[in-house]
Amino acid sequence: MANIITDETIDYVGILAKLELSREEKEAAKNDMSRMLDYIDKLNQLDTTQVEPMSHVFSMNNVFREDVVTNGDDRDNILKNAPEQKEGAFKVPKTVE
Amino acid sequence: MSRQYETVIGLEVHVELATKTKIFCGCSTEFGGAPNTHTCPVCTGMPGSLPVLNRQVVEYALAVGLAANCQINQYCKFDRKNYFYPDNPQNYQISQLYLPICHDGWVEIDTAAGKKKIGIHEIHMEEDAGKLVHDEWEDCSLVDYNRSGVPLIEIVSEPDMRNADEVIAYLEKLRLMIQYLGASDCKLQEGSMRADVNLSVREAGTSQLGTRTEMKNLNSFKAIARAIEGERKRQIELLEEGKKVIQETRRWDDNKESSYAMRSKEDAQDYRYFPDPDLVPVVISDQWIQEIRSRQPEMQPEKMARYQEEFQIPEYDARILTSTVHMAELFEKTTGLCGKPKEVSNWLMVETMRLLKEHEQTPEDLCFSPENLAKLIGLVAGGAINRTVAKTVFERIFKEDVDPEKYVEENGLKMVNDQEALQKTIEEIIAANPQSVEDYKNGKEKAMGYLVGQTMRAMKGKADPGLVNRIVKECLTK
Amino acid sequence: MSILKMTALELGRKIRSGDITVPEATQAVLERIRTQEPAIHAYVTVDEEGALKRAAQVQARIQDRTLVSPLAGVPVAIKDNLCTKGLRTTCGSNILYNFAPTYTAEAVLNLEKAGAVVLGKTNMDEFAMGSTTETSAFGVTRNPRNTDHVPGGSSGGSCAAVAAGECFYALGSDTGGSIRQPSAFCGVTGIKPTYGTVSRYGLIAYGSSLDQVGPVAKNVSDCAAVLEAIASYDKKDSTSIPRKDLDFTSALVDDVKGMKIGIPRDYLGEGLDHEVREGVMRAAGVLKDRGAVVEEFDLSLVEYAIPAYYVIASAEASSNLSRFDGVKYGLRAKEYEGLHQMYKKSRSEGFGPEVKRRIMLGSFVLSSGYYDAYYLKALRTKALIKQAFDKAFRDYDVILGPAAPTTAPKLGESLKDPLKMYLGDIYTVSVNLAGIPAMTVPCGTDSGGLPIGLQLMGDCFQEKKIIRAAYTFEQTDREGI
Repeated sequence: MANIITDETIDYVGILAKLELSREEKEAAKNDMSRMLDYIDKLNQLDTTQVEPMSHVFSMNNVFREDVVTNGDDRDNILKNAPEQKEGAFKVPKTVE
Repeated sequence: MSRQYETVIGLEVHVELATKTKIFCGCSTEFGGAPNTHTCPVCTGMPGSLPVLNRQVVEYALAVGLAANCQINQYCKFDRKNYFYPDNPQNYQISQLYLPICHDGWVEIDTAAGKKKIGIHEIHMEEDAGKLVHDEWEDCSLVDYNRSGVPLIEIVSEPDMRNADEVIAYLEKLRLMIQYLGASDCKLQEGSMRADVNLSVREAGTSQLGTRTEMKNLNSFKAIARAIEGERKRQIELLEEGKKVIQETRRWDDNKESSYAMRSKEDAQDYRYFPDPDLVPVVISDQWIQEIRSRQPEMQPEKMARYQEEFQIPEYDARILTSTVHMAELFEKTTGLCGKPKEVSNWLMVETMRLLKEHEQTPEDLCFSPENLAKLIGLVAGGAINRTVAKTVFERIFKEDVDPEKYVEENGLKMVNDQEALQKTIEEIIAANPQSVEDYKNGKEKAMGYLVGQTMRAMKGKADPGLVNRIVKECLTK
Repeated sequence: MSILKMTALELGRKIRSGDITVPEATQAVLERIRTQEPAIHAYVTVDEEGALKRAAQVQARIQDRTLVSPLAGVPVAIKDNLCTKGLRTTCGSNILYNFAPTYTAEAVLNLEKAGAVVLGKTNMDEFAMGSTTETSAFGVTRNPRNTDHVPGGSSGGSCAAVAAGECFYALGSDTGGSIRQPSAFCGVTGIKPTYGTVSRYGLIAYGSSLDQVGPVAKNVSDCAAVLEAIASYDKKDSTSIPRKDLDFTSALVDDVKGMKIGIPRDYLGEGLDHEVREGVMRAAGVLKDRGAVVEEFDLSLVEYAIPAYYVIASAEASSNLSRFDGVKYGLRAKEYEGLHQMYKKSRSEGFGPEVKRRIMLGSFVLSSGYYDAYYLKALRTKALIKQAFDKAFRDYDVILGPAAPTTAPKLGESLKDPLKMYLGDIYTVSVNLAGIPAMTVPCGTDSGGLPIGLQLMGDCFQEKKIIRAAYTFEQTDREGI
């Protein structure tokens, strides 16, 4: 395997992705990710130096809304699925200040 | 301290734009409102919702960019900045990293050493986060997404400032410029203008930049000045002790006048920016730029020069009159109505400023109409009331925007110009004050002032002081 | 003819003519669902009550002639990643086990305007990540043609429901083949339209730049009619494209004379099951016999589509799925200490292994130091793939090939080796990268009786060409059999 994924990398990606992996999951993730990256490295066979990255397939641009209020108070709906709520707000564990 | 240090400061200024709706949805940006009452699936990150860009945001960003002498990226894009925090409902903020709308501009500030250009690295558009309120009872936080998605521009300066005075001059400059453009009200206290300070120190004479820190939570010019001083000292102390400055984000506590690092091991500070696939690029044509340029209002420096030139207003006064858009508008509209720029300037510079100070208000709080001030000036000029009465009437205008004509009428404040009645009153007063008459005749000029004062009091202040003076003099020399 | 055997358009005609009422049709299909579901499990949620209520309302509107659409009154199944107001929408994930959207996806709204009766929500690979519908948190769906086999994925529930007669047509979504591959495995017809043709508003995103909603149906005519109903320009979707050529049913023409059809040699090589190859070549022969000019050509870059696709889709997914955090909706872990643990536990309990795998990969390829090497490289490759298609469509009206290298694998075989499973997407992912339309029509079965799917691809906005080719094939092949 050309790409070796270390424990540090998996832990780091876990922080970025907010995922907590068990020991076994971590081992599997290291293996899966290095295999995938090896496979993805195939792209390096292509010379793309003269090629612009393509985000959108079509050259669409300037899609705008006008600055007009269209939404009213929809709080009850917005909060309907909240795991926990209080006084019209989403309740979360205390954030560090 | 043996070595000399130089402080190097760059600013990241966030400005909430004055649009009616949020940047990517049709929710109102109005302040206040119960939690989450200005929200929809888009600005609360509901699954399947999609953003659509508010055109006005681009227009305001362009207006600010042009006023700050920026280059415009005529092809610009939005990127996602990925990080988890509950005030950010999608756990990514839509912002611009790779192709911000404006770059490489400058603004000029006045410093003790003269004029100085502060470089603008870039201006980008992005969305604001929601608000977190801490619930002390339950030891939890409550999330309100009313502010989530309110449009912001972030103005990133070059590290061109060297002290707090320059920083404040720069902020004042931006504030005035943006207020003049109508792009934001720029109130630091209310958070519609927020500044993060990037600061490093280096030994004087060296050209390499030191390690910088970023200071957040600065809610007033005073806090900014204190934070700069505090951070400068902290960094110099570290260096003097042979320690290193760590590149980090710090939060200023203005009550304690100290800062602390915000970093935790859960913040990797790796935002994984990539172009937002839900939004399409913004292409800004030359014509669009031209349109924005042609709509740019007269800015403060030009206005100030024009006041001096056109109305012969002294520089100091012109600066104060143009220090807020509101004040300048009041001045121009009132002048337009009454045609007496110096009178208008006088009322604004003296009485208005006095009353603002007395009520601890700022010029933005002024709520009287140019019509009523113009009428008041007209009443004085036409001799209908004298200046003393005018001042009391102005206080009512200042407070409640009363119509001075009606007010004078209803309260019987019109100047008495009936010469016969005045003559009679004055004769009575002279008769009642023989000592003063005697004194006057013995060369005590002041005695006449006393008699004039007595007359004015008897007339309840409504007499024309010039006329009273003349008649008193006539009577005394008779 | 039994109601359940009818196509959507046939049923629509009978309903409008008054031969069948909407409640009758709805009852019949609900009964079918009751008998079939224990074996198939195509649905995550069946909304019997809602469907019957809706059926009565639609019937009334058909009778007073305020609803005249060809699909009015025809019951439909919706993939469970399209939001339906008040009706649970899970994306096949535990993290949305209890999520009831507050609004309805635009594509579904368009169907409702046309008088559709929504039966329920179909099973899928979790967040559309998978090719077998085995990654669903709500259990596997079985292939109605042989229940030992998978229905394909990720729109496996929708395709199985159509194949099993548990609905008359369904909506699916296609990010890398998720409509076309399960359509092939289940022997039904499905279209992935040109990117931007159907609004993505209300489609819970996987890879935003690749996702499209499309129809799954019993035949080409139904597919064209459903696509015509769901396609619309939507101001709420910035990537929606205003088109004036949405009359897809006008392309239901039984004639391909002179049509130029290219078969990429790259699609016929190593890895392709020989029976699938034979099925596809036989179909090409049918079209040739009808007067099409069919030839093989080199498309090139086919082997680079999968790595480019997995980088782009995973990167977008890692960001799209970060909103599932236990704050606003869905699962929140029961026990946690502090905010970050709440995030981590909720997401770790809520997401299955395949989703985690792709979120991890996506977070990695976007992370500091890797963005250029992986993400930008993939976007450059995408540009090259698009160019290759542009070039091919200068020579051909339609590109023809298999939808998948094999017929449906057995249950439990695919998930053991994720990379191998990804390789099964080889014939479908480039279509999403290039944004072009493509559809699958059945073209026979293998020796085990499992369906083989023929894939037809068109240039951007050329759905009508592939619909015409597919329709001609279907008409001819039916007569032939």
